[in-house]
Amino acid sequence: MTATVAHVHEGTDAPYALSHLDALESEAVHIFREVAGEFEKPVILFSGGKDSIVMLHLALKAFAPAPVPFTLLHVDTGHNFPEVLDYRDRAVAQHNLRLHVASVQEYIDAGKLRERPDGVRNPLQTVPLTEAIQQLKFDAVFGGGRRDEEKARAKERVFSLRDEFSQWDPRRQRPELWQLYNGRHAPGEHVRVFPLSNWTELDVWQYIAREGIELPEIYFAHEREVFQRNGMWLTAGEWGGPKEGETPQKRLIRYRTVGDMSCTGAVDSDATTLDAVITEIAASRLTERGATRADDKMSEAAMEDRKREGYF
Amino acid sequence: MTSTTEQFADVSATTLLRFATAGSVDDGKSTLVGRLLHDSKSVLTDQLEAVEAVSAQRGQDTPDLALLTDGLRAEREQGITIDVAYRYFATARRRFILADTPGHVQYTRNMVTGASTADLAVVLVDARNGVIEQTRRHAAVAALLRVPHVVLAVNKMDLVDYEESVFASIAEEFTAYASDLGVPEITAIPISALAGDNVVEPSAHMDWYGGPTVLEHLETVPVSHDLTTCPARFPVQYVIRPQTAEHPDYRGYAGQIASGVLRVGEPVTVLPSGRTSVIAGIDALGESVDIAWAPQSVTVRLADDIDISRGDLIAPSANPPATTQDVVATVCHVADQPLAVGARVLLKHTTRTVKAIVKEIPSRLTLDDLSQHPNPGQLVANDIGRVVVRTAEPLALDAYADSRRTGSFLLIDPADGTTLAAGMAGESFASQARTTVQADDEGWDF
Repeated sequence: MTATVAHVHEGTDAPYALSHLDALESEAVHIFREVAGEFEKPVILFSGGKDSIVMLHLALKAFAPAPVPFTLLHVDTGHNFPEVLDYRDRAVAQHNLRLHVASVQEYIDAGKLRERPDGVRNPLQTVPLTEAIQQLKFDAVFGGGRRDEEKARAKERVFSLRDEFSQWDPRRQRPELWQLYNGRHAPGEHVRVFPLSNWTELDVWQYIAREGIELPEIYFAHEREVFQRNGMWLTAGEWGGPKEGETPQKRLIRYRTVGDMSCTGAVDSDATTLDAVITEIAASRLTERGATRADDKMSEAAMEDRKREGYF
Repeated sequence: MTSTTEQFADVSATTLLRFATAGSVDDGKSTLVGRLLHDSKSVLTDQLEAVEAVSAQRGQDTPDLALLTDGLRAEREQGITIDVAYRYFATARRRFILADTPGHVQYTRNMVTGASTADLAVVLVDARNGVIEQTRRHAAVAALLRVPHVVLAVNKMDLVDYEESVFASIAEEFTAYASDLGVPEITAIPISALAGDNVVEPSAHMDWYGGPTVLEHLETVPVSHDLTTCPARFPVQYVIRPQTAEHPDYRGYAGQIASGVLRVGEPVTVLPSGRTSVIAGIDALGESVDIAWAPQSVTVRLADDIDISRGDLIAPSANPPATTQDVVATVCHVADQPLAVGARVLLKHTTRTVKAIVKEIPSRLTLDDLSQHPNPGQLVANDIGRVVVRTAEPLALDAYADSRRTGSFLLIDPADGTTLAAGMAGESFASQARTTVQADDEGWDF
């Protein structure tokens, strides 16, 4: 048997303290196991972004040495970064998981969704997502949302009941007391579950560093052809840019979030290592979403409005 | 105050403190929260810009910091806080999760929600008004939920000329009242959230005060001691049986240690069956360890192959909880539909959900004056009352006074899944129960 503890917390007065990362990890694992114990058909929303990668890592630890008892669901906007799709497919293969893909492009091709004039596809994800949940009869859907991301998300419960239209009604949320999560739901309803609710962006990065988790390369500084639109550096590509008057240029950048290429901006950065990224984030005076997400700026309550309709 | 970069220079050495704020509508709670976030440099430029833009659009001269915390359309429209919001910030010493709870009387259930996971509660009073009914109500909820530490923040000291005597008399009155309720530790701090006195920076106006600022106190107050000094409790969440070629015989009981310390080699009893075994191994998320403690999530292996499933509780054979089907408890009613005598409900305790029936509601508490009203027949939203509940199966239930984790439960409406009530087993307001000589037979001593 090995010696006691991996991450004993030094410098506190308590003999049995936990570091904040251990406390957050322990809480997230507890949430995964509650869902496994109480639901019939849970699924993890997996985009290949850092939050969903951390979710998958936590799920692997929660059930080890048994496999993760959940499938994955990816809502593919059709404008994803190729490096991220590649990462997604490698992760699925490596851990022998099952992946469902809901495709925004297929909905557009079938005439069930219409492309927005600004070409931003993030809001279009809601319909394929909610239809996949209904059709595949998922009763618990894990999302990587964190309460520190956005003020509407700060109001979100860990277990968030959605009606048969997948809608979120912030005024009718169940009180959430102690660690007693109430996942009861009627047929057709489902529960969104956010195991990273209490994590901040920095916690996620520190955990990635501590656990040595691999990430898609776009999270680290690299040279890339980008152009400026609405004050953000967007990757040039066939998805719809640059347009006339937008000049592509090579810049040293990295991404803080991973989403649809049409609305996920890059930040200027020379951080090529995890340590450099952590230093950069700790010093940043911008939030993750403020720095890189166009869709959150659409209106003061953009996130709340999208969440009400069923967005994650 | 440290800068953001310095804050995270040694990020590995930080613990986590969960705390809740409570205050009446105009006590300056939003200003205090805004000041804490702002002065600890936790408000980032784009968030502040967004607040400034909206404030300017409304014709306000200064940014309204309440907009930082009121995240819902309805909250911003009405200028009130409806629901609990969770905030995150950090200093060099510690990380914080703040449950920012609404102050309205009708949202007592939201304060209960915020206080249920808090290690500390900040109760705000206006120095001009002193201890009012709402202050007593907040103290009572903190006592009922057994929040280990309570801070009395006497705000708006700038409006009473920073007078020591004003602070001293409020602090004395509150401390006496809260101590009577059984609040174990009370720290009173004179502040001005608006001017920034004693929130993050020490005040230049109150030489007579020698104690910590609010932030300093939050950074240094001890956490988590209580969980590990209690007897061990391990509710089984999930049985891990890979049945793979690599692990053909692995059988582990996954869960989060609710209290105490578990050690390999320790004799244990499984409840409610009463079967016994010995801890053969503890896997702490992929790593084999000799010892683990609350609130770690681990997987426990036992020496004997006995029947254990989700909902069972593993406890040291030397100190197991009693099992019962008659639960006597205090509940805070959190739903809009009432809870009446005779109601058939579900009771969720740790990882176990059982059928139950409400046999009696002996009394309802009036938080304003802590008087009790016998046999109210039913409880409605925001009521706090005593109940007697009969369960279909035995529960291994501790007194809430001994363990917030294994002494708490939910009552759930089986028809639509609504969370009806937050329950706390055993007696309420401990110190009274222990010090009152003529405690009645039912232990009901509000």
